[in-house]
Amino acid sequence: MDQKLDHELVHSGHVACPGCGAVLAMRYVLNVLGPKTILVLPACCWSVITNRFPSCSVKIPVFHTAFETAACVASGVRAGLDMKGDRDTNVLAWAGDGGTFDIGLQALSGAAERNDDFIFVCYDNEAYMNTGIQRSSATPFGAWTTTTPKENFKHQEKKNIMGIMAAHKVPYAATASVAFPEDLMAKVARARDLRGTRFLHILCPCPTGWKYSSDMTVGLGRAAVNSRIFPLYEIMDGERFRLSYDPEEPMPAADYIKMQNRFSHLNPEEIVAVQQRTDRDWERLMHTIRSWPA
Amino acid sequence: MKEVLMGDHAVARGVQLARAEVIAAYPITPQTLIVEELSEICARGDLKAKFIKVESEHSAMACCMGASMAGARTFTATSSHGLLLMHEILHWSAGARLPIVMANVNRAIAPPWNLWCEQTDSLAQRDTSWLHIYCENNQEVLDTAIQAFKIAERINLPVMYVLDAFILSHTAEIVDLPDQKDVDEFLPPFTPKLRLDTNDPHAFGSITGPAEYQKLKQFRHDDMMNSIDIIKEIDAEYEKKFGRGYGVVTPYRCDDAELILVTSGTVSGTARVAIDALRDAGVAVGALKVRLFRPFPTEDIAAAIGACPKVAVIDRNLSVGAGGIFAQEIKAALYNRDLRPTVIGIVGGLGGGDFTPAAIEKIARRALERADSGDPVVWEEL
Repeated sequence: MDQKLDHELVHSGHVACPGCGAVLAMRYVLNVLGPKTILVLPACCWSVITNRFPSCSVKIPVFHTAFETAACVASGVRAGLDMKGDRDTNVLAWAGDGGTFDIGLQALSGAAERNDDFIFVCYDNEAYMNTGIQRSSATPFGAWTTTTPKENFKHQEKKNIMGIMAAHKVPYAATASVAFPEDLMAKVARARDLRGTRFLHILCPCPTGWKYSSDMTVGLGRAAVNSRIFPLYEIMDGERFRLSYDPEEPMPAADYIKMQNRFSHLNPEEIVAVQQRTDRDWERLMHTIRSWPA
Repeated sequence: MKEVLMGDHAVARGVQLARAEVIAAYPITPQTLIVEELSEICARGDLKAKFIKVESEHSAMACCMGASMAGARTFTATSSHGLLLMHEILHWSAGARLPIVMANVNRAIAPPWNLWCEQTDSLAQRDTSWLHIYCENNQEVLDTAIQAFKIAERINLPVMYVLDAFILSHTAEIVDLPDQKDVDEFLPPFTPKLRLDTNDPHAFGSITGPAEYQKLKQFRHDDMMNSIDIIKEIDAEYEKKFGRGYGVVTPYRCDDAELILVTSGTVSGTARVAIDALRDAGVAVGALKVRLFRPFPTEDIAAAIGACPKVAVIDRNLSVGAGGIFAQEIKAALYNRDLRPTVIGIVGGLGGGDFTPAAIEKIARRALERADSGDPVVWEEL
């Protein structure tokens, strides 16, 4: 790895599940942002992972807040710091997919429309994992969750949150994966050096919710990108696109699906449908990137 | 300097004098004049503040919470449905011990749609650990705006002060505006005891077990109860400096009264006119305005009522299935006392009905004639 972990701000004593992708994400992001960062934490896995009072596994100020308020609390923290003459401290809103795609979307949209000055990270584990694996609008087609049982798995596609953020014309939006840490940290650095609402969508495989062995988190993250199910790209000002990585010989979607038991009930036709959707979405993304290059 | 101001504008001018640093608010009738006036004041540069025009009241309060946690003096204003939407974050902000100040314009809750005065919106927030102050006129609104920040920052709990929809919010009265220099002396810049500081990092609001959780709530309760004396002290200091004080309750001609009318908000002033007329007619009636609702000033209320045998509480609010909310609180406050008057709970003026002096005289005369309490509710059609 080219980039060293200069700022180790995530410490042992956290209470994440073994193999948690969200802990890797926090570690890489804080490594780039450094100790002059304030963390706004709505209800999510991380509101538990920090550990209980009086311990805290991250060595920066943390403000725990309500589920749907990550973005607006971050707006307020930024405004308060600005009024105190502090323009240097990073404000980091850190929400799961529920706190971003679902219950937190209104506040995020409001802040993004105002272009309030903070970094919003969605660490996406594709369901309400903290409450025990219930479906969110980030859950992909076909997935089992405790509210989408095998007999009636999730029939809807994953919400296109990047498209929503691009429509707000935020200065910077990027997808990233804990399986590609150099790329992830370069994107955090790019976000850090801009002003306005900066959005990072980080896919964080979850052994507990996706039902795979806890030593496979990085492998799952790689497979999601290599199968083109989770493409890595950036959007500047909502209109200039850049692909970060092109898996030229993509892994079949079926191989990614077979690595996790949350899809074990899918029949061959349904798996083909996943492949077709993946190809369609990739084509559309490539078309956009070619039409609106960075 | 005296000006003619609507209640909403008195709120805005009070917030300007208090030098709020971050304002986050969402418009709702009849609070809109507050956000419009503050927008103008901030745009002119007459108040050096960040005004964040959020997309909902829920976000307004969350935004205030973030700003306050970063060490800024923060303000918001709302009404009715806006306050109800904030409800969750009222608990959060008070639990985080943040001295946010909010003005709420008392308006009825739909359905059916109604824009006029009723107190159920604010009283439904009674268990959120926010302080409640009910204002009677626009001068009190302006003075309370300034006092509220001092109280909140002293005890680290948020303060909501309340004004009646339209009766105050959109009605112009003469208001004496204090000099900025004097307000600055009374209310120095906010110096937070707790804040988000990267040089001294702490986590706020982490998971606790039952023992710590209960202890923190007990601290909150004790601080709220002890704040009654602090509120009186700050009010006395304000009176000394500016010539106007309000107390936590205001008794009026209660000596030897056979009946005391308990009121809040604008009904209080009207009640005093009615009391004068009744006293002139030889009817021994007094009035007691309750300004502070949380913490509930039990001792002050009991002292004001004294040995009076009968109390009629006028509630422009209703807890459906129980009765008027001030009446419930007054009954609870007096129950364990040796001197226990009959408490009549009168509910009227919901959705904006007008309590005229004549209506209040009638209420008083009927209350005197009653042999029983009329529990749970005596309805008054205005």
